[in-house]
Amino acid sequence: MYKLSIIIIALSMFTSCGNKNKSTEDFSKSTTEETTEGVPADASTYDPNRGVGKFTTVELGAKLDVALAADGDKIQSVKCSSCHKLSDEKLVGPGWKGVTTRNKPEWIMNFITNPDPMIDKDPKVQAMLELCLVRMPNQALTDDDARKLLEFMRKNDGVN
Amino acid sequence: MKNKIVKVALAIVFVGAFFSSCKPKNSGDAVSGDAAQKAYVAPGKFDEFYNFVSGGFSGQVSVYGLPSGRLFRVIPVFSADPQSGYGYNEETKPMLNTSHGFIPWDDQHHTELSQTNGEVDGRWLFANANNTPRIARVDLKTFTTKEIIELPNSAGNHSSPFITENTDYVVAGTRFSVPADNVNGDVPINTYKQNFKGYLSFVKVGKEGEMDIAFQIEAPGVNFDLSHAGKGKSHGWFFFSCYNTEQANTLLEVNASQKDKDFIMAVNWKKAEEYVKAGKGKKQAARYAHNVYNEKTHTATSEIKTEVLVLNAKELKDICYMIPCPKSPHGCDVDPTGEYIVGSGKLAALIPVFSFDKMLAAIEGKKFDGEFDGIPVIKYEAALHGEVQKPGLGPLHTEFDGKGNAYTTFFVSSEVVKWDIKSLKVLDRVPTYYSVGHLCIPGGDSKKPFGKYLVAYNKITKDRYLPTGPELAQSAQIFDISGDKMQLILDYPTIGEPHYAQAAPAELIRNNGQLKFYKIEDNHHPYVTKGEKESKVVRKGNRVDVYMTSIRSHFASDNIEGIKLGDEVYFHVTNLEQDWDVPHGFAIKGADNGELLIMPGETSTLKWIPKKVGIVPFYCTDFCSALHQEMQGYVRVSPAGSTVPLTFSLGTNVPAATK
Repeated sequence: MYKLSIIIIALSMFTSCGNKNKSTEDFSKSTTEETTEGVPADASTYDPNRGVGKFTTVELGAKLDVALAADGDKIQSVKCSSCHKLSDEKLVGPGWKGVTTRNKPEWIMNFITNPDPMIDKDPKVQAMLELCLVRMPNQALTDDDARKLLEFMRKNDGVN
Repeated sequence: MKNKIVKVALAIVFVGAFFSSCKPKNSGDAVSGDAAQKAYVAPGKFDEFYNFVSGGFSGQVSVYGLPSGRLFRVIPVFSADPQSGYGYNEETKPMLNTSHGFIPWDDQHHTELSQTNGEVDGRWLFANANNTPRIARVDLKTFTTKEIIELPNSAGNHSSPFITENTDYVVAGTRFSVPADNVNGDVPINTYKQNFKGYLSFVKVGKEGEMDIAFQIEAPGVNFDLSHAGKGKSHGWFFFSCYNTEQANTLLEVNASQKDKDFIMAVNWKKAEEYVKAGKGKKQAARYAHNVYNEKTHTATSEIKTEVLVLNAKELKDICYMIPCPKSPHGCDVDPTGEYIVGSGKLAALIPVFSFDKMLAAIEGKKFDGEFDGIPVIKYEAALHGEVQKPGLGPLHTEFDGKGNAYTTFFVSSEVVKWDIKSLKVLDRVPTYYSVGHLCIPGGDSKKPFGKYLVAYNKITKDRYLPTGPELAQSAQIFDISGDKMQLILDYPTIGEPHYAQAAPAELIRNNGQLKFYKIEDNHHPYVTKGEKESKVVRKGNRVDVYMTSIRSHFASDNIEGIKLGDEVYFHVTNLEQDWDVPHGFAIKGADNGELLIMPGETSTLKWIPKKVGIVPFYCTDFCSALHQEMQGYVRVSPAGSTVPLTFSLGTNVPAATK
């Protein structure tokens, strides 16, 4: 009897490594994409005047908002001037002279608050990337910051 | 004759069983078909758990993903790290200050995630330094070390950094008892019994994580090895394993293995708190460093404290009790309910499980078996729930799955054994390769284990990987524990040497408000440069401060002249980027310390003492853009006493036009 039980134990060892657990649950959670709000599904719907982003219409005053532009000046000295001159001369990126006459205010606001989607889609930006070879970094501008910068750009373009 | 046939048959069956069973002669045999699938995390997909693994003699903490075993990061904690500048840049040097001065290395053994109501909460990670006793706090929003506190009266901070269920306290116990810091320690080593003490530190953790030693308990001189807090019903108690209750001071291998039973010391810390409030603590002179990294100034400061409050366990009778535990206990682990305390005697052939309720009743009923150095010893059987019989050889550590099961590692027999906490029956065993130390189940020492995976950390990997000279990798092995049987699914080498580790669900940490960059507006570093316009070079005597900025892809300034031999130059580099994943580096030829690796929006300082006259280049070390190779500059070094004026510029120092 004793020997029999030993044989049984020994036999059971044959199967002790059996794979009992067949769980094949897919545990890898998909990555949560960055919000792509306002980004059209394909390039054919891309609006080159507005760009992509949350700004659809930006109201501009007939005259310059001096205080707003002064705030914009402070922001650009910290976050922009490393790469952009105020003249039309290229530094790392293009000079700012004429930027508000070449682009709609919505386009500017969308681009500077979230450059990556437009670097990937906008024909003008893509042409610029071929010249500069540096993707404009996201400088974490708030909506307010962006509006102030836009006002400063207008001042730089001669709006009084 | 018949007998012989039976014997032969038996032998054949056993040999056959051996070759096909769980004791494989090589790695392939232990892995079943779907193992790879279970450990596979497809490219671009995330792991389920973050795994924070102690780095042992590397002094750092490594962060892996589970179940993929992918290494994400090595967090510099107790060792200087030239690649990030930790301990080399001026801002973080104070983090490694101690009462012994600056220490660039330690031995990091255990990690512990902060908890709320006994559940892992994803705020901080605590780490211990074993050699020069310290506790560090790592912020899991930045994965950086934010605070380090040194522990006086201690040596070999091993039973640390374990916490109470609401992270009220993080504890430390001395492994190498020594004379206290406030007495003359110049005594013969063989006066251990008279002069050596074991101190336990209770470090209060504030709302923002800030640490302060609330009190220490002076206990008998023994080796305090590991610890865990009570939880739920046993909240208010802490349990420390002790060995060398022989109080040997030499050849411990033999002399500290004499007794049949050592102890688990139960500490009623709520009672200790009451004594502190009642003024029973004595202030003792001590010297210990408290180092804090300030997120606003991006700079650490180090303060030397000179006093600590001490409670004497011998005088205040009802704080500490000894529970006998066979033989030289190592792991001291409390199950998720708080009722069972598992002691793992390194040299024992069984695992004793103690009952918290029975322990309380024993204290109430004074079921004592005399005293050890003034501390009451509870009768073994009075506190015992039961023993796991024949579990394996050399039990070390136990974690829990929250389903009533315990998993214990066995160093000598190289295996993990699963057993039922209540019935104490062994349910399953799997081999490890080889000599397993600690193990980790996500949330496995908390009230709410997440189960699913178990990671075993192995000391020996002979024949497991391609050889790399005399030193081989340590390893981790992941088991799927969701079924009745443990299943090995992955085996991978780790940085050395992993001891204890903890893991938390990825969501808990990913969604804790991860910092992506430092806001330049909130940068209050005294030498910040907010914009290129403010970049400058300032001389005060022989000290030169360079206020420099970096952005893709240039430095401002990048031409500096007028530096002289004998100058001490400080490069304060502010990274003006405001986007995730865009650090810039800063390295300068001949720097005898390290580099800077500056996070977006951060300011970091490298001290540089020029030693030769000439032109010295500096450059960005972290590939930042297509024009990264252009991100460079020059410093002109002139002889001492030179009249070359101090100048600095970007883009303007061009050759005179020739006609």
